[in-house]
Formats: sequence, structure tokens, C-alpha cells
Amino acid sequence: MRDILAQPRPVLLGRLRWVLVVIIVIIAPFVMKELEHLTNFGLITQVNRALIFVALAQGLNIVVGLAGLLDLGYAAFFAIGAYTFGLLTWPTHDIEMSFFLAIWVCALVAALFGIIIGAPTLRLRGDYLAIVTLAFGEIIPSLVRNLGDFTFTYHGKEYIKDYNLTNGSQGLTPLGRPDFSFFERLFGLDHGALNVGVKPTFWYFAIVITSMIVLFAATRLNNSRLGRAWKAIREDETAADFMGVDPIRTKLAAFAIGASFSGLAGAVYASMLGAIFPELFRFQVSIFLLIIVVLSGRGSIWGVLIGGLIIATFDGVFLAQILPDIFNGKILPEYDVQSLRWVFFGSGLIIIMIFRPQGLFPPKSTERKAAPPPPAESTQGVQS
Amino acid sequence: MSIDNQVFLQNVIIGLTVGGYLALIALGYTMVYGIIELINFAHGDLFAFGFFISLTIFAKINPDIPLHGANLYLLLPGVAILTMLLTGSLNLAIDQIAYRPLRKAPRLAPLLTAVGVSFMLEAIYAIWKGPSQVPYPRYFPKEDYINNEKVISFFSKLGLDITTWRIVSFTTKDLFLFSVTIPLVIALTLFIDRTRVGKAMRACAQDREAAMMMGINVNRIIATTFFTGGALAGVAGMVWGLYINSGRFTMGFEAGLMAFTSAVLGGIGNIRGAVLGAFIIGMIKAMSDSYIGSEWTRVVIFGILILMLVFRPSGILGSTQSIEKL
Repeated sequence: MRDILAQPRPVLLGRLRWVLVVIIVIIAPFVMKELEHLTNFGLITQVNRALIFVALAQGLNIVVGLAGLLDLGYAAFFAIGAYTFGLLTWPTHDIEMSFFLAIWVCALVAALFGIIIGAPTLRLRGDYLAIVTLAFGEIIPSLVRNLGDFTFTYHGKEYIKDYNLTNGSQGLTPLGRPDFSFFERLFGLDHGALNVGVKPTFWYFAIVITSMIVLFAATRLNNSRLGRAWKAIREDETAADFMGVDPIRTKLAAFAIGASFSGLAGAVYASMLGAIFPELFRFQVSIFLLIIVVLSGRGSIWGVLIGGLIIATFDGVFLAQILPDIFNGKILPEYDVQSLRWVFFGSGLIIIMIFRPQGLFPPKSTERKAAPPPPAESTQGVQS
Repeated sequence: MSIDNQVFLQNVIIGLTVGGYLALIALGYTMVYGIIELINFAHGDLFAFGFFISLTIFAKINPDIPLHGANLYLLLPGVAILTMLLTGSLNLAIDQIAYRPLRKAPRLAPLLTAVGVSFMLEAIYAIWKGPSQVPYPRYFPKEDYINNEKVISFFSKLGLDITTWRIVSFTTKDLFLFSVTIPLVIALTLFIDRTRVGKAMRACAQDREAAMMMGINVNRIIATTFFTGGALAGVAGMVWGLYINSGRFTMGFEAGLMAFTSAVLGGIGNIRGAVLGAFIIGMIKAMSDSYIGSEWTRVVIFGILILMLVFRPSGILGSTQSIEKL
């Protein structure tokens, strides 16, 4: 009934817009390929990476944007997803699970870790949760690095000797890729006709599909009972508790679902790269994702999509390729322009926080709000 | 003394030295947190700034290596004071530019700004001094006390024969580190306990608005806090540079995480807690490096941090008030 009062929507234009988006998404890789030929800049691989980061940022957006929990170690779940995929498909471990099954296992394992780390810590509020997640984000890459050659000695007796789970800092390679031999047989094609292993165009479509799954899940969740519970918790946890929203369970759901997005994206990323190292999941990755969510607008799913695409592509194409090309050619031949990257993001973060704290594309509901919420009351002191 | 005991004693010395410089950094974290409830993420990078700026000052003066005579007793304290002033001013400037406009914003905003500042500073250091390991010349003379005649005869009077302590070393550098860090820690505690400004700081920490109504200039108190915290971190950077003789642009992040863990362990917002936490973390680091393996130290320290936050979020010495608020 509520639609009666709403303005009649321009249905045709609305549908046309979607058709337009679909057409752009489909022809984009071919246009990019042509552009790559013209300019010699890697474009499709960077857009693929950007789309992975969008999927990751959507997961972080659920935690930070919708449920209002500050997570400074989100890359840990990314690492868990990627490394679970690695362990399931790395030939040395003799499991070699199919890609299509493994990615879902990875999402589940990441969600499980989300619950494991979340269950004891989610009763902590604000800053303390941020610290716990930060510590978790530091522990996971360290563990991955150390479990390549694990020896356990107790009172002079070796219980575990040189156990290699993660191959340490050398990383896991090669990793499993999607296998289409079933379809090849189904359509009567030659063996290997659909074996698209390293082609960036193939990965473009694979990642677009992954991102669409994530995006669909995020929009559905946002409008669901759970999504409203998250926003209630974000605005006022005590009030939400009184209204019958169980804060712990709701936050745990946010943590687990956010982690599962990250696990899925991590698995696809691992398969795309074909090799993973602990260095890929450093603290900087957590902060980069946080920057995407905060700059785009916390809690805005479409904002994070657009903002994530812009920021990650800007990072991968402009900062990493075009800028060094310009500078190193003539102006500053010796200078490593890449080192300016974090000056860029750091200052961007500061400027946005001071002048537009709600982000560039905030969700509609917060845009209407006139005043920012009051700061938390202070009761704690410096004691000595 | 058996080899095992000697190793243990040496680890205790290392733990105390690490704890000493961590304490200076942790104090800055805990003071800022106590007053404006901000996890000042960029604080560790001020430690790195102290390292780099004192290195630059030394390079400009270019004294003989190692320092001796007047250089040791006049130049060294002079450089230390200059480093403290510069690092304190930098922290003050960061606060005025980046955090002050966000005093009334939700708490996520200044925290993220601090993360931004931290990354910016690190990138600037990488440009300034290069991304690889930076050597810090051995300005401070190094002499082992264990092999010193006087020390040997002193201990033999106590009935200890230390000539067999081949593994243990306690050098002039260790003594220097203690003689800088411990008096500074005590001075700061007295400053907060006994002076008018310290009293005003405690008042601001308890209730900023009430403090303002009592006529305390809150902005000046916050500025003092940032300056003091920065100065302590700066001198820690310099002392650590003289002690360990090398560093990198990311050293601030590493040290900052450990110092921050110390502050949380002792009870964040609590001055004595930060010092206690720092020495505990220093000990844990030394013991873990030696008995478990240095590659596991991070896991051990952060594991302790998580367990601490889960079971006793107020820290060892913190009050129960802090849980209610967070």
C-alpha cells in the first residue's frame, strides 16, 4: 500500500538503465583490452583486483557500515579465505578440491573464524573491539608465515618436526583453477577449449559474477530484519537491546557474514593469482579496505561499489602505473613515485574525515540527518 | 652460574631495556587516551621521528665517533632536548591540524584520521630516509661492565665470581638506556601527580566539561598532553637509535603496536599501568625471542593482548569504570 503515495517511477527508463549497465559490464573487458593495446597499461587485471576489493569492502561495509563495529584486521578473513583455498587446492596436500566447491568451503571457514573471534570479543565496545581485530589481523599472517616449518619441542622431545602447512613466506603455488571439462564434454568441444586459466577476460567475468552474488546478498541483507537490527545496534545499542534486538547475536551475524564475503573473495583472488603469500594480507590491506568503505560512505552498498571501483582502480592504474610513467620518464628519473601512495591515501582519509565525515556517497538516511550524533560521554580518567 | 641461568639473566636485562623504551612510548598512548579517548595510532611514528630527527641532527654536527668528553656530557643531552622539542611540536601540530577539528565528531572519525596520519608519516619517512634499513652510527661508547675490574672485585666481595659469566653482558649502553628512561618515567608520574597542570590533566580526563566549567583551559591541557607524549616518544626514538644502531621507516608501527599493547595490558588511561605493562611486554618479548623463537613473538604478544581484552578489559591496574564506558 505504501507505493500509492510514492511518485510514479519512470519504469521504462529504470529498466533501460539496467539494460545499459549490463551492456557496459559485458563490453567493458573488450574496450579495456583495446585500451591496453593503445596505452600499454595493465587495465583488466587491475579492474579485476578492484572488483575483488569491492567484494571485500562489501563484507567490511556490513561490519563497519551497517553494524557500526570497527574492524581494523579485516584482511585476516581475506587471508583465511585465500589460504583455505590454497590448502584445499595446493597439489602438495593432495586434496585438490574443485574450484566451485572450494570457494564455498572457504566462505564457510571464514565465517566460522568470524564467529570464533567474534563470540568472546563482541561484548567489548568501540575501541576495544578495534584493538582485538587489529591483533587478530596481525596474528593470522604471522601464523601463516610460521606454519611453513613448524617444529614443536617440549622438554627436549620433538613432537612435531618440520611440519609444512602453509609453505611459509614462499607462499602456496600453483593453486587450483576452475575446471570446465564437464562443459567441454557437454557441448562436445575439444579438451581444453574452455580452459581459460590465466586469461584476464575470463577472470573479469568470474569476478563480476562473484561480486554480483556478494552485492545481491548485501542488498537483500540491508533491507532485511537483520539489516534493520544492525542499523539499530549501530545507532544505539542500549535502545536496540530494549527493543528486543539481541546485540551479541546480531553483531555476531554481522561478523560472520562479513567474514564469509571476505572468504569467498579471498578464494577467488587466490585462484586468480595462482599463488598466495603472507605479504598479500598485511595491515595495509585492512586499512585500504577501511579507506574504501569510509571514503565511499559507510553503510551505503552502492556507494561502496562505486567508490571501491574508483579507489582501487585509481590505486592500481593511476598511482601504480600512469604516475610513475609520467614522472620517471622525464621529471624525476630516480624517484620511486609509488612511495607517495600512502601519502595520498593518508591525506585523503584525513581530508574526508574533517570535511565530509559521512563519505562521498553516503546512504540516503544519513544524508538527511542534520547533526552528527553526540560524542560518547566521558567518565574514564588518567589515574596514577 | 649455569648456562641456563646466565641466559635467563641476560634475557631479564634485555627485557628491562625493551620495557624501558616501550614505557616512554606507552605513556603517550595512555595520556592521550585518558584525556580525549583517542587511540592515537600515529603515536608510534613519533618514536620513529625521534630516531630520524636525532640522526639528522647528529649528522649535521658530525661529532667524533664514539662521543667522549664534553661531547658526551653536553652535546648528547643537548641533542636529546632538541629532539624532544621537535617531536613534541610535531605531535602538537598533528593534533591541531588533524584531530582538533574532530573533537566533537563520533569516535570513529579521529581514530581513522590517526590511521591516516600514521600512514602519511611512514610514507614521508620512506621518502626522507629511504625504504631500507637506516644505520645509526655508534655514537655512544660501548663498554661491558661484566669485564670491568672494579665490578669483578665488587662482586667477589659479595661472594660472586662473575668472571665465569660469559653469556651475560651489561654495557654502558644498557646503563645509558635505563638512566634516561627510568628518571623520565618517574618525572612524568610526578608531573601528573604533583603539579597544577598535572592536576588539570586528571580533571580533564575525568570530565572534560566539568573541568572547563572550573576554569581549566581544556584546549591548552590537551595541547600539553600531546606535546609531552610526543617529546617522550621522541627521546625514546633517539635512545633506542643509540642503543640498537639501526632502524627503518616502519619501526614506529612495530614499536607503537607493542607500546599500545603495554598500555592496554596495564589499563589504558592509567599512567602506572602503562609503565608496568611496558616492562611486562618487554620481558615477554625477550623471553619469547629466546625460548620460543623470535618469529613467534608477535603471535605471543597479540595473543596475550586478545586474552587480556577478553578476560580483563580494564587491564591489570585499570578501574572498572573503563569497561562501563567502552
